[in-house]
Amino acid sequence: MTAARHSVLTRDGVQALLDALHRRGCRVLGPTVCDRAIVYDDIASLADLPRGWTDEQAGGRYRLLPRDDGALFGYAVGPHSWKKFLHAPAQLLWHAEHTPTGASIVPEPPAAERLAFVGVRACELHAIAIQDRVLLGGAYADPHYRARREGAFIAAVHCAEPGGTCFCASMNAGPKVAGGYDLALTEIVGAGEHRFVVDVGSEEGGAVLAELPRRAATPADLAAADAVVANAAARMGRAIPAAEEVPALLRRNLDHPRWDDVAGRCLTCGNCTMVCPTCFCTTVEDVASLDGAASEHVQRWDSCFTTDFSYLHGGSVRASPRARYRQWMTHKLSTWWEQFGTSGCVGCGRCVTWCPVGIDITEEVAAIRASDAAVRESGR
Amino acid sequence: MEVRGLERLICEHPVFAGMALEHCDLVGGCAKNVRFDKGAYLFREGEPADEFFLIRHGRVALEITAPGRGALRFSTVNAGEFVGESWLVAPYRWIFDAQALELTRALSIDARCLREKCEGDHDLGYEMMKRFMAMLVQRLQAAQLQMLDVYGNSA
Amino acid sequence: MVPVVAQVRTRRRETRDTWTLAIDAGGLKFRPGQFNMLYAFGIGEIPVSISGDPGMPGPLIHTVRAVGDVSQAVTRLKPGDALGLRGPFGTAWPLAESRGSDIVVIAGGLGLAPLRPAIYRLIAERDRYGRIAVLYGTRSPQDILFRRELEGWRRRLDVAIEVTVDHADPNWHGHVGVVTKLIGSAAFDPDHTVAFLCGPEIMMRFTAAALEAAGVAAERIHLSLERNMKCAIGQCGHCQFGPTLLCRDGAVLSYDRVSRLLTVREL
Repeated sequence: MTAARHSVLTRDGVQALLDALHRRGCRVLGPTVCDRAIVYDDIASLADLPRGWTDEQAGGRYRLLPRDDGALFGYAVGPHSWKKFLHAPAQLLWHAEHTPTGASIVPEPPAAERLAFVGVRACELHAIAIQDRVLLGGAYADPHYRARREGAFIAAVHCAEPGGTCFCASMNAGPKVAGGYDLALTEIVGAGEHRFVVDVGSEEGGAVLAELPRRAATPADLAAADAVVANAAARMGRAIPAAEEVPALLRRNLDHPRWDDVAGRCLTCGNCTMVCPTCFCTTVEDVASLDGAASEHVQRWDSCFTTDFSYLHGGSVRASPRARYRQWMTHKLSTWWEQFGTSGCVGCGRCVTWCPVGIDITEEVAAIRASDAAVRESGR
Repeated sequence: MEVRGLERLICEHPVFAGMALEHCDLVGGCAKNVRFDKGAYLFREGEPADEFFLIRHGRVALEITAPGRGALRFSTVNAGEFVGESWLVAPYRWIFDAQALELTRALSIDARCLREKCEGDHDLGYEMMKRFMAMLVQRLQAAQLQMLDVYGNSA
Repeated sequence: MVPVVAQVRTRRRETRDTWTLAIDAGGLKFRPGQFNMLYAFGIGEIPVSISGDPGMPGPLIHTVRAVGDVSQAVTRLKPGDALGLRGPFGTAWPLAESRGSDIVVIAGGLGLAPLRPAIYRLIAERDRYGRIAVLYGTRSPQDILFRRELEGWRRRLDVAIEVTVDHADPNWHGHVGVVTKLIGSAAFDPDHTVAFLCGPEIMMRFTAAALEAAGVAAERIHLSLERNMKCAIGQCGHCQFGPTLLCRDGAVLSYDRVSRLLTVREL
C-alpha cells in the first residue's frame, strides 16, 4: 500500500522516517555537525541533524552560524559529498597469493551493507547520476560502486538556503530535484509551524512513506513548497552564464594567458578534487606481506593535481601547476562531455569554498571568456 | 620614433653583412622591430611560419616537448644570428618552440612578403638563397656532429 | 575486474633492456593494437602491448621494456612463473577498413611491438591490400627489435622493409638517419594510403606531419599513443589525453583527431 503523491510530515514524521529506514536494515547517513562543519555521517535521530544551523560560504571560507527558526536543513552543502559512501576512498579490489606451490587472485566481494541517504540536494542527485555514468555506464561496471548504489535509498531535500558559492541553476542541476530519488522533502519553517512537504519518487519511497504519520498535502502546502524552491533559485551566490558555450570556449583557449594567472595562485593541494562530488579519479596500490607470498591490490582516491598522476617515461606529462589546473578545469567543464556525454560540474560551489586561496571556477570562466581566442586578435 | 631606418638595421645585421643596399631596402620593407621579454615564446610548434627573426640583442632557445620529459632544448641562438627556417619551405609550419632566454630584441621579417619579393626579383632571391644556404649547411653539419652523442658511453 | 592467473611459457631477450614473454592465459582473443594489463604479484600492474599474431592460437606474446619496478619484475619472470593478466583493452589498427589501400607502417624503437600484430595480419591477408611498406627507425643496430623477423619479411618479394638507425659503426651497411627520411623513397599512392605509426611521441608527430605533407589525409594516418594507465577500463582518469581516454578511445587514434592536441604542451 503506497501513499498519495504528495504528503506532509511534521518533525516527528522525519524521526519516523529515520526509524523506518533503520528498521529496513539500512545504514542511515545524513548531515550532522562535526568540527564546525556540516558533514555526512551516521544519524539515528533528529538530535543528530544540524537543527538551527546555517552556513556562510565564500571563496576559501566556510563558517557555521546559528539560525533561530530551528530548521533541520537550513544550510547548503559541506565538504563531504555522498561519493565518500558510494565510491569508497579506499577499496580492496583483490587478494593475491603467490607461493612456490601455486598462485591465486581472489576478488573482494561487494559490500552487503544497505545505505540510506537523508538530505540529498538536487546538485548531489545530479552528481550521483554523473558518477553512475562513469562507473556503471562503460563496458565494465564497478561492482563495488554498483552494489552500494543499487541498494541506496535516497531521501532528497530541496534547498531553502542556497550557499554563497552555489551555481547549480547555471548548470541545470537544481535547485529543484528532478528524479533519481525515493522521497523528496521540502522544509517549510516559520510563523510558529514546521512541516515538510513530501514527494514520492519511487515505489519503495511510497512504501516507506506509508509507514509514517502524515497527512495529505493541500494546494497551499504545494504552493509554499514551490515558493521555497523558487526563492532558492533566485538567490544563487554565483553563476556561469550560457554554460552550454563553455565546453567549446575552453577547447579553443588551451593556451590562454589566464592559465598562467591561476597557476600563480593554485597550490595544487587537491582540495577541490576531494570535495567535488563528481571527481572520480583513483589509483591502485599493492601491499604485500614481508615474504611476498600474499598481497592486496587496493584502489584509492587520487587527484589529477598530484605530480605523479600523469607519470610517463621518467617524468610527469603535466609537471607544471598550470597544466594541472588546466587539466582539472577543462575536464570538469569541457572534456567530460566527450568522455561521458554530460558536464562534470553540478554547480555545488564546494571547490570555491574549500580552495585555501579562494580560486573561483566561475570567475576563471568569466576571465577566459573576456578575452576569448575567437575574438582576440592574433599575434604575440 | 625610428632613429635609423630598418634597411640600415638589415644591412648592419651579420646575417646580411655585405649585402647591396637595394636588397637591404627590399628586405627592410618586410621588416619590423620586435621585442620578447625573458620567457616569452617567439613561436610554437604547429603554428604557421609567417616570419623569421634576426636576433639583435639577447638569446633564444629552440625546444621540442615530449610528454614526461618536458621541453628538450636542443639549440640556442645568439645575437647576430637568425631564428626560424621553416618559413623557407612548405608547408611553412614551425616544427619546434623558440623561447627568449633573456630580454631579446629582434627584427621580424614577414616571410610571405619576402618570398613574394624573391619571386618578383630573382637577383634578390638568389642573394637570399646563397646566404641562407650557407647558414643552413653550417647548421646541418653542426647538428650532425651534435647527433653523434660523442660524449656518451658506447653501447 | 580482476586478473586471471596466467603462466609464462617462454622468455626471450630481444635487446639490452627488452624481453618478449609468451603468456598462457587460456586462449584470449585480441585484435592488433590492443594491450593487456600484466600483474606482477605484490608489485603492481603495467599495460603491455600484445605483440604476437592474432591468427595464431596459443600463448599471447608480449614485448616488455624494463624501465620501472613492475616492468623489471615482469621481465625477470621465467617459464613456469605465474603472473596476473587482464584484457585485452583498447582500440585496434583499422585493418579491415584499410583493405584495398596501400599501407605504410612506420615504427620507432619499441613501437614496432604494437605494430607487429598488424604486420602479421597484413602479410597473412596480402591480397586484400595494395603496396605494403614497413619503415623502422631505432637508435642503433643493437637496438633493432625483431631483427630476424624483419629480415624474413624482407625476403618476401611483395613487402618493402626499410630499416634505419640514428647512428652506427662501419659494420652496419644499412640506412643511417631519421625514419622520416625513408618516406620519400617508399612506394605508395598518397591518395589511397593508410598509415600506421607507433614510437616515441616526438617521432610520431614528425612522421605524421611528413606523411600529411606527402599527401596522406590526416584521417588515414593512425597513431598509437601512450599515457599513464592504472585501471584500463575508463574509471580511474589517469590515461586522459584531452577529450580521450586512451584505454577506451585509444591507444590507436587517427591523426585528424589528435594532431592539434599533440602540439598542446603538457596536455
